[in-house]
Amino acid sequence: MDVSQYLEIFLDETNEHLQNLNTQILSLEQDPENMDTINEIFRAAHSLKGMAGTMGYKRMQTLTHDMENVFSEVRNGNIKVKADMIDVLFQCLDALEEYNTNIRESSDEGTNDNGALIKRLNDIMGGGSDDSAAPAEQEQAPQAQAVDAAAAGGFVGIKLNENQQSVLGEALKQGKRVYGLTVKVQESCILKAARAFLVFKAIEETSEIIVSDPSSQDIEDEKFDLHFSLIIVSEAELNEVVTAAKSVSEIEDVSGSVLNIDDVGAAETEESHAAETGAEAEAAAPAAPAQEAQAAQTPVAAQAPAPAEAAAQTPAPAAKKAPANKPVVNRTVRVDIEKLDTLMNLVSELIIAKNSLVSASAMSGNSSQAVNEQIEYLESVTTSLHESVMKVRMVPIESTVNKFPRMVRDLQKKLGKKMELYMSGEETELDRTVVDQIGDPLMHLLRNSADHGLESAAVRKERGKPEVGSIFLDAYQDGNNVVIEVRDDGNGIDTKAVKNKAIERGVITPEQGEAMSEKEIIDLLFNAGFSTAKVVSDVSGRGVGLDVVKSMIESLSGEVEVKSRLGEGSTWTIRLPLTLAIIQALMVEIGDEKYAIALGSIQTIEDILPSDVNLVQAKEVIQLRDLVIPLIRLNEILDIPSKKDPEENLVVVVVKKGDKLAGLVVDELIGQQEIVIKSLGKYISKCKIISGATVLGDGEVALILDANSLI
Amino acid sequence: MNEVEELRPVGQTTQFIVIKLGDEQYGIDIKYIDNIVRMPHITRVPKVDDYLKGVINLRGEVIPVMSIRIKMGLEEDVETKSSRIIILKLEQQGTIGVIVDEVKEVVTLENDRIEKVAYDSKDEKSNFLCGVGKSDGGLISLLDLNAVVLESV
Repeated sequence: MDVSQYLEIFLDETNEHLQNLNTQILSLEQDPENMDTINEIFRAAHSLKGMAGTMGYKRMQTLTHDMENVFSEVRNGNIKVKADMIDVLFQCLDALEEYNTNIRESSDEGTNDNGALIKRLNDIMGGGSDDSAAPAEQEQAPQAQAVDAAAAGGFVGIKLNENQQSVLGEALKQGKRVYGLTVKVQESCILKAARAFLVFKAIEETSEIIVSDPSSQDIEDEKFDLHFSLIIVSEAELNEVVTAAKSVSEIEDVSGSVLNIDDVGAAETEESHAAETGAEAEAAAPAAPAQEAQAAQTPVAAQAPAPAEAAAQTPAPAAKKAPANKPVVNRTVRVDIEKLDTLMNLVSELIIAKNSLVSASAMSGNSSQAVNEQIEYLESVTTSLHESVMKVRMVPIESTVNKFPRMVRDLQKKLGKKMELYMSGEETELDRTVVDQIGDPLMHLLRNSADHGLESAAVRKERGKPEVGSIFLDAYQDGNNVVIEVRDDGNGIDTKAVKNKAIERGVITPEQGEAMSEKEIIDLLFNAGFSTAKVVSDVSGRGVGLDVVKSMIESLSGEVEVKSRLGEGSTWTIRLPLTLAIIQALMVEIGDEKYAIALGSIQTIEDILPSDVNLVQAKEVIQLRDLVIPLIRLNEILDIPSKKDPEENLVVVVVKKGDKLAGLVVDELIGQQEIVIKSLGKYISKCKIISGATVLGDGEVALILDANSLI
Repeated sequence: MNEVEELRPVGQTTQFIVIKLGDEQYGIDIKYIDNIVRMPHITRVPKVDDYLKGVINLRGEVIPVMSIRIKMGLEEDVETKSSRIIILKLEQQGTIGVIVDEVKEVVTLENDRIEKVAYDSKDEKSNFLCGVGKSDGGLISLLDLNAVVLESV
């Protein structure tokens, strides 16, 4: 089967399952007895195994198989969840993730067998059944017996009719041998009938199949559980036949034994035979029904995942997949992000066309009432269309932040500090591209909090804080922005240490250091190559963290801020725009040129008398409601001769970056407009104060001023 | 552009669009050319190298435009009726427009009629050439687009 077309789906779903496993195992650690969690874990592991198997990733399959075994034992109550077991399981997840990464990169799972991990898993299993409680063992016992019996002697239960007996007798006389075989198909096998057929074919190469149970017709129709039994006549050795049958993939086990003439004869009188052979046969006879009964009793256990998994493997509608006992999942469609991008581009085009229509109608001057009404209607339609498309592109940040509890848990072990991560607002939605890229900066900040922020348990005790440090990750929407806060109750930023370090590194001179405010000093942390950790650890402290965080967030048109109190902790605030593609902007005119300023960064617009402009340190400032705001004359920065008379009132657009304000002096205000952001391309990347361009209604290009870089 | 359609290369030939910058004829390999447009309004971008004239709107896309003249150290472009912007599609830099004085024709040159030029550090212009082609209309200097478009450091 060519599975390459399913590779994308496989990778996506594997990721989901791994994430799910991570989350569930974490909660299992907290609540080791929770049956729901255990079942969920089992299901996820099982689906993973099945998927890996179908895709032909044997190593991944083996590992998940052994994990599944462990979970299955846990579910049956044979093993108790212990801390070291959780550790091993997490290592397994890491290993699986590695396979997944390998597959994503090279569509090959790599060659790491993870033998050590598998051994540890098996140790857990072995150790578990040894010291497990007596009742658990009893519970296990009949099951094991039944399976054993079925494996060893399922064929004993086969009844032979006269014809078949005579054939067997004849064969034996001719010196051929009669074998009984029981074949067990893997639970994860989807096409059982096909596998059975292959087994038949393999056996028929050397032998003749006399009878099968269930009948060959039933096997063909897949009317059998995981086992089927055969009686065959062969000239070959038993193990040759067994090996041939085993060579068929997805066959878990084949057991067989030689039947002698007595057995064959005894089969004639089935009942007496059962009585004669005593205990062994007793176990054998109920074997098949017992198995079925068992399967029926625990439908969720072994059987239910099979259909669920089959759906997962084929790109069948997602709705089919939802297991019955899960909360109802919304009906969803997986869409390639590229298609959404195309859709978004088309909406952008539409908005541009709408804008042209508006300006064309305004230009012609004699537009009728009806035209204006229709244009207004079109405007509202395009705006809601844009909003809907934007919403489609929005995903909860959950997918990104879900991996953090696990990371904090690992950090806790690595750093030897006690800490707890509290998250809120995981459901906050952001543009898909932003969500994909926000993970790394957040991870840096969390690691930073864990490593630099939180004190060791001893120090915390001394300071009268709870021994367990807290890290908070809060996300919420604030107007047109989404705010993500990373907060800790640790030491806070030691501004003195930062200052000394900066002086030592030659980033600032001692004199500069004296004049700097606390905030300016904290901002030094975002300089490249700056780390205050005294010891470089592999968690953080290589000085590549915060400047990367800052530049990554700025590349998403966001901003990051720090507030900190020594001894009480720090708060890192990331502010991101809801969407990157279309924004509301204020159009302004400077000289003959038009520029756009994002409405989100504008605080107020002021009309200022030239006489109100004061000079502070040779820089122009204005006073506005007790705030001193520096003025930035855009015509000077943009090298455009201003059209305005210096005696005229100044039009000042007050913009805000974090808690800093600045007044941008422009010549004219044009008005508010919905604009589509287009990149200037790699070629013009030198100009930092321009964040992009947009196409206006008249087809001209206007540049978008980046207020953040002006301040 | 029907002309172009008719002149698909056969065998070892390369097609060039012949443009004029001042008095000299230059050739641009046709495989890099996406489009040729009349001079639209160019929006100036502040704080960039002076050979970057700004950006234009090409069917909804914002495309940077550069002046080959300034890049090659010639005098400033003068916009006339025959001025055109050639939109180039390059692997590394993406889509870029270059301003030319005039677009003349499409020529097909056999590769043995193209001569390499020696690198001459004294002559700045020759750094932007990858060869000289001999056609019926005279000599054509063939532009090395990667050198032309390369950002000057």
